[in-house]
Amino acid sequence: MTVGGLRRIASYAILASLMGMALEPSLAQAADAPTPNKGDTAWMLTASVLVLLMTIPGLALFYGGLVRTKNMLSMLMQVFYTVCIVCVIWVLYGYSMAFTEGTTANSFFGGFTKAFLAGVTPESNVETFTDGVVIPELVYICFQMTFAAITPALIVGAVAERMKFSAVAIFIPLWVTFVYFPVAHMVWYWAGPAATVAAGKAVAAASGDAKVAAEAALGAVQANAGIAFQWGAIDFAGGTVVHINSGIAALVGALMVGKRVGYGKEAMPPHSLTLTLVGGALLWVGWFGFNAGSALEAGGTAALAMINTFVATAAAALAWLICENVAKGKPSLLGAVTGAVAGLVAVTPASGFAGPMGAIVLGIIAGIVCYMACSVIKNALGYDDALDVFGVHCIGGIVGALLTGILAAPSLGGTGIFDYAAGKIADYDMVTQLIAQVKAVCLTLVWSGVGTFVLLGLVRLVIGLRPASDQEREGLDLVDHGERAYNY
Amino acid sequence: MKLVTAIIKPFKLEEVRAALTDLGLQGMTVTEVKGYGRQKGHTEIYRGAEYAVSFLPKVKIDVVVPSGSVDKAVEAIVRAAKTGQIGDGKIFVSAIDHAVRVRTGETDDSAI
Repeated sequence: MTVGGLRRIASYAILASLMGMALEPSLAQAADAPTPNKGDTAWMLTASVLVLLMTIPGLALFYGGLVRTKNMLSMLMQVFYTVCIVCVIWVLYGYSMAFTEGTTANSFFGGFTKAFLAGVTPESNVETFTDGVVIPELVYICFQMTFAAITPALIVGAVAERMKFSAVAIFIPLWVTFVYFPVAHMVWYWAGPAATVAAGKAVAAASGDAKVAAEAALGAVQANAGIAFQWGAIDFAGGTVVHINSGIAALVGALMVGKRVGYGKEAMPPHSLTLTLVGGALLWVGWFGFNAGSALEAGGTAALAMINTFVATAAAALAWLICENVAKGKPSLLGAVTGAVAGLVAVTPASGFAGPMGAIVLGIIAGIVCYMACSVIKNALGYDDALDVFGVHCIGGIVGALLTGILAAPSLGGTGIFDYAAGKIADYDMVTQLIAQVKAVCLTLVWSGVGTFVLLGLVRLVIGLRPASDQEREGLDLVDHGERAYNY
Repeated sequence: MKLVTAIIKPFKLEEVRAALTDLGLQGMTVTEVKGYGRQKGHTEIYRGAEYAVSFLPKVKIDVVVPSGSVDKAVEAIVRAAKTGQIGDGKIFVSAIDHAVRVRTGETDDSAI
């Protein structure tokens, strides 16, 4: 929202007061500032660390086990580097770009008012999804930091074994700046419960001309949000922001960087599925921080996200195994772990909205669709998405985003969507919700797809994306890092 | 002196070693190798990627024996390494011109 918009809200408020409909209730609430609950704070501290565990060592090992011995360290390093660089960028300007009100084009970008964490102290609080409930802003910054860190780390799996470290090192900061922070803002940024509830109460209390003014004020509060949020798209823990966003970037990356030397001619089996299982299982464990933590409170919604993260994941792993058994005759461990990750991805946007039975259905569908994407569609199209980031994260993310629009319906055991202005669960219109979900998916696909294309093109122009082919054959561990994963 | 080279299934190594030791042969050299003969390889599937693996893991034993012991040694290896299934391996016998024990400088039959 612009400064002019703020002035408009202020003038509506003054107008409403002049009409004899003073906003005492909201003013009284503002005076009685809420303090964080220690249980909520403790849970969010824990959840933040759990999400870090997803990336290191979870994702690093999951990916590392899937590459060949000669590229093991390069994989681990690219993930580890991504975490480190994004953590620093996040507090410099990332948090501000994603989660503050933008001065221009607030629907797409935040502003820089909290760059360098200006004004954030241990006493600063941010609202959760309940009016009057807050958590310390610093813990919220840490929690969201871990999301910003894992998203670009997912991309490097698609270009594994052939993108040189220097190119990754430049691409990652560019990508979070021009793709991740804006997309997070578009999907998640809003004015918060207190402002919306207060404006809603003002509308309910007003009548006549004052009601028109109050409604305009409510409209201005609701317009102070990212574009996808304004459309009404729901994404509980980051199906669009994290998974579709990184998944489409992964496909663009795989196409632009090109196939690995020898792809399709030489065998490139994973060097350690043992480590892949360790990493995959750590992803699952950490994902409870990711999904249940996205409730921002230690309560029933977090518990719902937790149980959904258990059952959808298990169902997706089983579905993948059944697909494999039917198609190839043998259920594989890699299939089970990959199916589980597909289930985790798909349940992410739905975890706080769907019921547990809905989550099982969602998991089964995600397992089947992602299996098809990784085995049938990928081979038919012939792109070298080395570790199936597109097939699992983008396809799984889209399945999840769309099914969230269906499974959130109270008639299907979902929670419905809370209307803060009206103070109750809104009547659920599945078609409207699905349209909003489709719009958010398309927005993310286009923004991230085009953004990744431009940024990778820029990096290619300046320093190139790949090592020389003999260096690639030797392996990135020695060429990029001067060390080997295993000395025996 | 003859060099007996036997390529066998890895899990048969210990039985073959015991059989050769029973003959009074001292020492042998073992190498982990990969190869194939009439035994077909297998298919490995990792998500959408299918690989035909032709080269199977085997163990190669090199043992140098006095010319008079060759038949007994070959017989002992066959007996110990045989499962009756395709892939049991092969034995090659070749001549050795000269041998030296590094520690003492002994040569030929007294060096093996």
